[in-house]
Amino acid sequence: MDVLFGGLADAVRLLLSGDEDSWSIIALTLRVSLTATAIALLLGLPLGAAVAVARFPGRRILLAAANTGMGMPPVVVGLFVTVLLWRSGPLGGLGLLYTPTAMVIAQGAIATPIVVALVAAALQQVDPDFRVQMQALGATPVRALAALLGEARLPLLAGAMAAFGAVVSEVGAAQMVGGNLAGQTRVLTTAAVLATSRGQFSLAIAFGLILLLIAFGVNLSLTLIQQRQAVTR
Amino acid sequence: MRTRILVVLAAVVTALLAGCGSTPAEQPKSLILATTTSTQDSGLLDELLPVFTRESGWQVKTVAVGSGQAIELGRRGEADVLLVHSPAAEEKFVAEGSAGPRRLVMHNDFVLIGPKADPAGIRGTSSAEAMKKIAGEQAVFVSRGDESGTHSKEKDLWSRAGVTPGGSWYQSTGQGMGETLRVASEKAGYTLSDRATYLTQRDTLQLEVLSEGDPGLLNVYHVIEMTKKAGDRVQTDGAKAFADWIVAAPAQRLIGEFGRATFGQPLFTPDAGKDETKLGL
Repeated sequence: MDVLFGGLADAVRLLLSGDEDSWSIIALTLRVSLTATAIALLLGLPLGAAVAVARFPGRRILLAAANTGMGMPPVVVGLFVTVLLWRSGPLGGLGLLYTPTAMVIAQGAIATPIVVALVAAALQQVDPDFRVQMQALGATPVRALAALLGEARLPLLAGAMAAFGAVVSEVGAAQMVGGNLAGQTRVLTTAAVLATSRGQFSLAIAFGLILLLIAFGVNLSLTLIQQRQAVTR
Repeated sequence: MRTRILVVLAAVVTALLAGCGSTPAEQPKSLILATTTSTQDSGLLDELLPVFTRESGWQVKTVAVGSGQAIELGRRGEADVLLVHSPAAEEKFVAEGSAGPRRLVMHNDFVLIGPKADPAGIRGTSSAEAMKKIAGEQAVFVSRGDESGTHSKEKDLWSRAGVTPGGSWYQSTGQGMGETLRVASEKAGYTLSDRATYLTQRDTLQLEVLSEGDPGLLNVYHVIEMTKKAGDRVQTDGAKAFADWIVAAPAQRLIGEFGRATFGQPLFTPDAGKDETKLGL
């Protein structure tokens, strides 16, 4: 039990003392996971909308693939990305392995299926009559889609939260493609694992608590946006 | 409105990506060091690498894995330089021809550790006898099981004791030394550990050193430079810079001092330039 309290005390100390290493770990965690989430939204919104609204061959297979991808083990994604980025791999010339960019790629690949699946589910929830109405009102397909997205914005924000939650908390891919390099690719999850394997349990728990705090902060912001929109709607 | 959000998103991504991209540009010279979990978990690398980077200008990307995987990364040209402790596997690897010079860096020793109660009664025995007793009593033994240097030493000890371990008492974690020590501690089992990792974590473990000191338990680290034969992108200049640095006097002094203040004894003995046969291998 004293390890838990020690962890709490350590977390407060790390945050308040302005410990440079910890803050750079926190900053990198946010930078990598937010970028990955943003990329996942950029790719996932149009794809998810297409799956939900358009009719094209392979649509159901794509949807099933996205649903499978929601449960994709980060370690597997990490392994694929590692092999692609190896010096001897197809993208080896870029020298990206063990960089934050590699982590963004891996986490983006983890988050995109989540966004696709949740966006598709959200849009399919919207009353089918709504689209018929839009067409009847003479809206262009793009305008109609925009209105549709507006209609489904609450579940869409939930999708963003799920994507961020998945990547900020994963450790397998971050460890494998990032390498947990001090000052370069060490994020909160990999730092917690390292501290554990070094027997520094209080420090590990401190990193864990800070991670929770960050996840809560980001989700709180998104929830506030979501609920404000829910009221004004 | 949606378009606006997408534009904002795109701008955010561009900005963040630019931020990510600037990191490698600032550090054009970086080499990949594949090494064992013991050098990382004991904290030795944290001590050494910043000094090396300051003096040479090379950033070091450390991949801390078992020696088996470290050698495999070297073989594929995914690492520039190796710091490993699995002599038999290393010699075989160097004989393949893709590796460059292999030099002695340091040693410490392995220790057989277990619960204070010592159910198999191995306290003070030689390593071979200890292994026989553990197997005879079917006392829990926790193995690394990850083809690391420690794991291959453990297999070596079993075969010297004439035992083929197996059964429910023989448990394999497949994880690093720190994790394996923790499992052994929780299960009140025996395990083999390098002394450095054990000492740095002793306070968190319910385990004691029970058998130590025989020559078969020596743990020797070598640095191996990789060559272009392993892969076109191997940075031989970085490999040479690191290998030359770690066997030179200043780094050797750092190695010899490491841990003295915290544990009252150094965790590694610097060995650069010594005759290997005199170590008692």
